[in-house]
Amino acid sequence: MTGPSQQDAPPPPPGGGADPLLSLRGVNKSFGAVHVLQDVDLDVFAGQVTALVGDNGAGKSTLIKGIAGIHPFDSGSYVFGGEHVSVTNPKQANALGIEVVYQDLALCDNLDIVHNLFLGREVTSNGLLDEAAMERRATETLAGLSVRTVRSIRQHVASLSGGQRQTVAIARAVIWNSRLVILDEPTAALGVAQTEQVLKLVRRLADNGLGVVLISHNLNDVVQVADNVAVLYLGRTAAQVDAGAVSRNQIVELITSGRTGSIGLAANGTAAEVGELPDLPVPVDPARPSDEVTR
Amino acid sequence: MTTTAPPEGTEHTEAPGEPGRGGLAVFGDAAREYASRLRGGDVGALPAVLGLLALFVVFTALRPNRFTTPFNFANLVHQSAAVIVIAMGLIFILLLGEIDLSAGYTAGTAAAVMGIVVTQRGWPWWIAVIACLVTGAVVGTVIGWLVARLGIPSFVVTLAAFLGLQGVLLKLIGEGGTISIRDETLVAINNDDLPVLLGWLVCLVTIAGYAWVSLRRTAVRRAAGLQHTALPVALTRIALVAALLVAGTAYLSIERSPNPNVTSLRGVPIVVLLLLVLLVGLNFVLTRTSFGRHVYAVGGNAEAARRAGINVWRVKLTCFMISSTLAATAGILLASRDNSISPTTGGADTLLYAVGAAVIGGTSLFGGKGRVVDAVLGGLVIGVIINGMGLLSQPSSVVYMVTGLVLLVAASVDALSRRRAASTGRL
Repeated sequence: MTGPSQQDAPPPPPGGGADPLLSLRGVNKSFGAVHVLQDVDLDVFAGQVTALVGDNGAGKSTLIKGIAGIHPFDSGSYVFGGEHVSVTNPKQANALGIEVVYQDLALCDNLDIVHNLFLGREVTSNGLLDEAAMERRATETLAGLSVRTVRSIRQHVASLSGGQRQTVAIARAVIWNSRLVILDEPTAALGVAQTEQVLKLVRRLADNGLGVVLISHNLNDVVQVADNVAVLYLGRTAAQVDAGAVSRNQIVELITSGRTGSIGLAANGTAAEVGELPDLPVPVDPARPSDEVTR
Repeated sequence: MTTTAPPEGTEHTEAPGEPGRGGLAVFGDAAREYASRLRGGDVGALPAVLGLLALFVVFTALRPNRFTTPFNFANLVHQSAAVIVIAMGLIFILLLGEIDLSAGYTAGTAAAVMGIVVTQRGWPWWIAVIACLVTGAVVGTVIGWLVARLGIPSFVVTLAAFLGLQGVLLKLIGEGGTISIRDETLVAINNDDLPVLLGWLVCLVTIAGYAWVSLRRTAVRRAAGLQHTALPVALTRIALVAALLVAGTAYLSIERSPNPNVTSLRGVPIVVLLLLVLLVGLNFVLTRTSFGRHVYAVGGNAEAARRAGINVWRVKLTCFMISSTLAATAGILLASRDNSISPTTGGADTLLYAVGAAVIGGTSLFGGKGRVVDAVLGGLVIGVIINGMGLLSQPSSVVYMVTGLVLLVAASVDALSRRRAASTGRL
């Protein structure tokens, strides 16, 4: 243990003291014998971008699938908008205003943009599809996101570029007046210009007052748009801190070893910050590849 | 050309805000738009329509006095009806990217149930028809459940059903036996014609309905300030459909009995009315309801559909139920046409012709692309080949080879247009 220094002072809590939009406390998830999430905590604030980072297998995907109700948590508290809620399927999450934009996009290539935006939640009148209403609302939503790159909203998604597809996926998440949007690696397969475009869109979502969770392996993205950073390490919350309070190197250290200075998990496995975590041994594997994070 | 619009409804559009363009300009725009879609690999029903026209020309040239007669055309409709109806059901399965190999024997088995109810039990025809359709629905439910819920590949499940139902059919009608259908109503379904006046009424109602639907769609979209079909283009399309229907009705209303003094044969076959109702109804389900949209979504990307909150297995189950119920309907047509049910009812090539019909019509075997009208166009192509080759007194060997060749050409067109579509981003 290093002695206390200026750098090791506990960082201020993220969110500037406001009540979080989403607050998870001590959530657990196991798949069979594999304990994927162990007492994970997470706070997401309205109007802020929370970056969720961690190495491969740290539990990021499992965490967002739990939030979205695809694989419900086994235990723990799930507070959304100040109320304890139970989310056990995607419909319940959608009803709360939680939307997930997946890494592999989850768009249907054989349908056009409007059809994809309203997939599973078609607007109907008298039980029939109301194409005109859907098309109008789609146009408004894309205009609200300042999207001007698509030629026609009636073109098939198969004809769109990667950035445009990502834009459609994000537009689908916000078309229902959602409150929390979770983006799983939105810039993973994009070029430089398209990444820039998508990150601007992500920032705009938060500026419009939505809570945004951004999962990314790219620390440039994180530093560029995130207000605070939550780090998962081997299925535990290593730390959640203001993005301005930590350096890029500290984030890398948190991702690869679970702690940096006084921030993060203590060597005996308890969180230095969050004292109430149970005393479980942390499997430490210094040989874990970290090239993806530091790249 | 067709009585339905494609699900995406993007053809022949004019941008909002330029209504000043009129006259021939909109036709030029529409033609350019269509040409660009063709170049982009979105060939739609064009190959089937061209193929149908080519076959008509060839057979008319070779057998002008036998092929191109009202008698033969009515005959053609009766012959193709069952394959068309099975193909309509298969479209729901193919849209999912699945296959149903058992549809033919589902037709046979359901028809056998109908035959038993109406002959051995002596119950009225409508109870027999209900029993037949319920049989189809039950078969579809079982297959659909196994495929959608247990996740067994549809190829295997329906192959098993293909073999199993063949046995059930034999068991029902007895080894080597047949059940003859004498009930007048059942026999009339796929043998008799509507009164001439009623035929014309159906024709006019269809034209009026088509005109109303397409004009109203244009009006709604125009009022909402969205892209819409230019009015002259819409009117031209309505006129084409009307001309085709009127010509067909007039042709079939000609006296076609070889001996009119003994018995008169004229009017639109009853089965045409059934095909029309199914075409409009099923097309409506696929293009205008959430369920239909979900079928396309599941076929396009099942995982995306699941994440969008669509109950994928229920969509699949429903599609298998629809398909098998339509197969049972085809069973009624087969039994009616033959006046009997034999161990080969719905067997032999019935299913393969139906799959071929769907593919020739433009439905993709890979899922996510297809329309109900494909079944009608493709079914007519198959029907014309079989009918025409028969009139040329060609042996079965040649008929099979030609049919196989046509199917191969259709599949090649599908594959080539798909490659083209992939490179230009249209699907």
